[in-house]
Amino acid sequence: MTFYAQNLLGGLAYGSLLFLIAAGFTLIFGLMRVVNIAQTSFFLVGVYTGLTLLRAHVAFWLAVPMAGATVTVIGLFIYRVFLHRYHADELIALLLTLGFALMLDDGALALWGGNPESVPAPGALAASLQLGTLVFPSYWLALIGISLLIAAALRAMERRTMLGAIIRAGVDDEEMARGLGIDVDRAFYIVFAIGAFLAGAGGLLGGPITGAYPGLDGDLLPLAFAVIIIGGIGSLEGAYVGSLVIGLVSTFGKALFPELSYFTIFVPVAAIMSLRPQGLLGRKR
Amino acid sequence: MRRFLGGSYVVLALLLVGVGLGGVAPHGLAVGGVAVASPAASLKVGLLAPTTGVAAAPGHDMINGWKLWWAQHGDTVAGVKIDTTYYDTASNPNTALTQARRAIEQDGVQLLIGPYLANEGLAVAPYAEQHKVPLFLPTVSADDLTQRKASPYVTKVAGWSSSQTTHPAGGWAYDKGYRTAATLGNAYAFAYESVGGFAQTFTEKGGHVGKQLWTPLGTTDFSPYLSQIQAQHPDVVFVCVVGADAVHFLQQWSSFGLKGKVPLVVQETVTDQSSIRSLQPEQVLGIIAFSHYAEGRDDSATQRFVSDYATANHVLPSYMAAGFYTAAQWIQTGLQLVHGNVADQAKFLAAVRSVALSDSPFGPQRLDQYGAPVQNVYVREVRRVPDRYAAYAKTWNVVIQTYPTVSQFWTYKPSQYLAQPVYSNTFQGIAK
Amino acid sequence: MPRAVVAATVVAAGALAALVPSLGLPQYYVSLLTQTWIFGIAAMSLDLLVGFTGLVSFSQAAFFGTAAYIVGIAQTQYHLAAFWPALGLALLGAVGLAAVFGLLALRGEGVSFIIITLALNEIIWGLAYQWVSVSGGDNGITGFVRPAVAGVDLTGTASFYRFCLVVLLVCLGLLVAIVRSPFGLVLQGLRERPRRMAALGYNVRMFRYAAFVLAAAFAGVAGVLFAYYNEFVGPVTLSLDTTVQILIMVILGGTGTLLGPLAGAAVVVFVSNALSNLTQRWELILGAVYVAILLYARDGLVGIGRRLWLTVSGRDPRRPGADSMMRPAASPPAPGDAEREP
Repeated sequence: MTFYAQNLLGGLAYGSLLFLIAAGFTLIFGLMRVVNIAQTSFFLVGVYTGLTLLRAHVAFWLAVPMAGATVTVIGLFIYRVFLHRYHADELIALLLTLGFALMLDDGALALWGGNPESVPAPGALAASLQLGTLVFPSYWLALIGISLLIAAALRAMERRTMLGAIIRAGVDDEEMARGLGIDVDRAFYIVFAIGAFLAGAGGLLGGPITGAYPGLDGDLLPLAFAVIIIGGIGSLEGAYVGSLVIGLVSTFGKALFPELSYFTIFVPVAAIMSLRPQGLLGRKR
Repeated sequence: MRRFLGGSYVVLALLLVGVGLGGVAPHGLAVGGVAVASPAASLKVGLLAPTTGVAAAPGHDMINGWKLWWAQHGDTVAGVKIDTTYYDTASNPNTALTQARRAIEQDGVQLLIGPYLANEGLAVAPYAEQHKVPLFLPTVSADDLTQRKASPYVTKVAGWSSSQTTHPAGGWAYDKGYRTAATLGNAYAFAYESVGGFAQTFTEKGGHVGKQLWTPLGTTDFSPYLSQIQAQHPDVVFVCVVGADAVHFLQQWSSFGLKGKVPLVVQETVTDQSSIRSLQPEQVLGIIAFSHYAEGRDDSATQRFVSDYATANHVLPSYMAAGFYTAAQWIQTGLQLVHGNVADQAKFLAAVRSVALSDSPFGPQRLDQYGAPVQNVYVREVRRVPDRYAAYAKTWNVVIQTYPTVSQFWTYKPSQYLAQPVYSNTFQGIAK
Repeated sequence: MPRAVVAATVVAAGALAALVPSLGLPQYYVSLLTQTWIFGIAAMSLDLLVGFTGLVSFSQAAFFGTAAYIVGIAQTQYHLAAFWPALGLALLGAVGLAAVFGLLALRGEGVSFIIITLALNEIIWGLAYQWVSVSGGDNGITGFVRPAVAGVDLTGTASFYRFCLVVLLVCLGLLVAIVRSPFGLVLQGLRERPRRMAALGYNVRMFRYAAFVLAAAFAGVAGVLFAYYNEFVGPVTLSLDTTVQILIMVILGGTGTLLGPLAGAAVVVFVSNALSNLTQRWELILGAVYVAILLYARDGLVGIGRRLWLTVSGRDPRRPGADSMMRPAASPPAPGDAEREP
């Protein structure tokens, strides 16, 4: 019983972590059709920035938005100077973000060194909860809630706000939206900024689980892709469901069939891909 | 059109800068060589270490250890100047090979030292052997390099073998009264060999090894594996993970409530200074590891090294740093034995193999006829650092028991031991 | 440049390159050139997909690496040391794998295709890592040597260099023939206007599938040479890193030009080697060059060279018809096309 409870919670927590990465990824792709390979590099820079802030005795919950803001600045710089001309060209944009991923990767190594770092959970959540025979870190539980809140907020933004309306219009038919006089370009900036912010803030939020080390971005990227494949690229709900599915499948897969650890994620992905190329919740385009 | 062409020039300029710098490099080095050409002879050493990629941090530790020794003792020994060139292996065996080629074919090094990862070492060793250039391995511990694939050119100077430290662990755990064990290791050779050493001696005594878990390198979430371990209720858990995985493992071992409840014994990489550095004391205090190195060992040679290294680099040294520091000591001793005559390679190698250090940071060390060190294995425990090191670390490893002069073959006859295959995920030496 | 001139230049360059080892070039640079020829073949194979078919595949390293593994496994575990059977098996492996991957990956288009190929590459990497009894796991495979081919011993640096050069030229010739054939023209049509080609009655998926498998065969040839070059194969050979490295060569050199990716391979091999001994930040610099190429010279080094040549010879670089065998890289290779065309 403890075994299943722990893996259920562990899977949900791990999935919630994946959502922090996949959310920005899918948001940016949905509107701008830019596959931002550098999204996990943004995440890595977010963890490191957050760690630096924590070491300077900034409170955790203050450091989260600050890490997000730092990465937003980097993201907007990259977007303004390089990317914005190419968002219409999916392939060039993807290849460009690959270049920035390489540079951010090496830049982070230069700035922060290569030692594996751990990120302490915020004080109140640093301890573990005891539920009968189950011991579970409270921060992991909190992360499930945090991720759900972020998902709800993003959904509300998409459904209820003017910006959301513009995004939806842009996703459905960019040219028509432009024709109606909607400033789609401004929405692009805002969405890219939100995506970068989510990655940066998500970096510190996920930090107590992932830590920070060179190569973290490379380890996370295929997972983010798996989420997107399962959820359907560009769909926010899909990203949330996909994250939880990947989190649970991966956790239970590793717990029940540890010898297949390398394949618990990508075999289901390949299976879904061949049955439903547009993903579980994705629309056929 | 202007803008179009202008862009091309930007790219071209960037490239020319790159190529130009590359072309200048050898000249720059040559000029440096001429300027200090006073000693009669020099020993050209190629140090292979990852300074980019996942293993960049250990790579820097290796270089720092190496530099510290020569800074302290002068880089001219018996009239021979130690002339080191550093090569970045990028944590990639293919790159390590290319760099070894550069070192041997282009720069004409007489001695290779490094690299860091087992796969880098295994890739470089046959190449070095082919070109008859000695390869010293202070960190690469792959068992077979000094066992079934031993070569006169390959020696683990100031190094170790993966299962050397874990063979004693099996018997130790059994004697503690543990009868069932679960194991967890990263899914690669170093951990297969380390865990195999434990499993073989533990089961030979009569212990039982249950489920063996192998986790991919780069695992951030150990919770599914921890739930597996708990479900088995083993008497003891043996773990061998490395790098960032060690940090994640220790953090989660503690936050999932296993620490202090389930007895844990680990290979030294798990609680090496490079991983416990970033963890809180309560996450690591009291953890027992089997090792060939302990920065908290109460010994004057070890403490002199630790203190000097800490002053120079503001952290306590990992075993990688200690390995390269001691390798330098080893080379210095070897050079003195041959009175600086490095031209006679066979003699120099024989001298290096005959060196017996009594005062290395590891303790007494000598090489066996296969080129692997015979040395102490320590049972060590994580404790708080004394106040004098409070600025550099929170915790360190203190020796609680010593197994003196342990060979890579433990108590087995070499011929008998070599008849069994090298430990792997399909052969763990488990006695039936 | 007229075609004959280009062809003559290539032949002359090939002849000159064959002489390199006897010209007193240090052995190490001969090794690096050998590496360039090998990665050149891999990069050209990817160019067939990226540049000519409009498919950006992230699984090229899987085919490259699988072939390399097969060479190592055949010799160390099955004592199959002769060249031709090893090559045959390796190509069979690469092509077979591509036949499966292609079925899965080509269900997606554009970005989906990229993501699926990336996931598939990841699976193969995991397999190589995990299946220790066959692949040697992280340690990889050592202990195999270069065979003799047609009585020529390849152990020496110079002889292996010449062998790789010959294979490179054969591959280049085959690839040029392929892209100029009716089949190649269809592929280029698919890159530009997939819907229109479909409307014209071409089976789009079938042609893409054929290109995908064909490209894997060439990647396999490169993989075989790479295994013999290093006499070592490890999981990194079929990792995402290698895929990205090959892709960077293609982009740097110029997509859709074949010779460009070869030049890209040379740049990556030589510049990263030169830089890595000067600065620890060589990856950063290489990344910057790559981004600069994408931003300012989409047609890569070949394009830059072509424009410089035309400027120097006093012709307007943008005048249509001034192109040569290096057809102007259809920049951008119109990827979103598939989805945007009504």
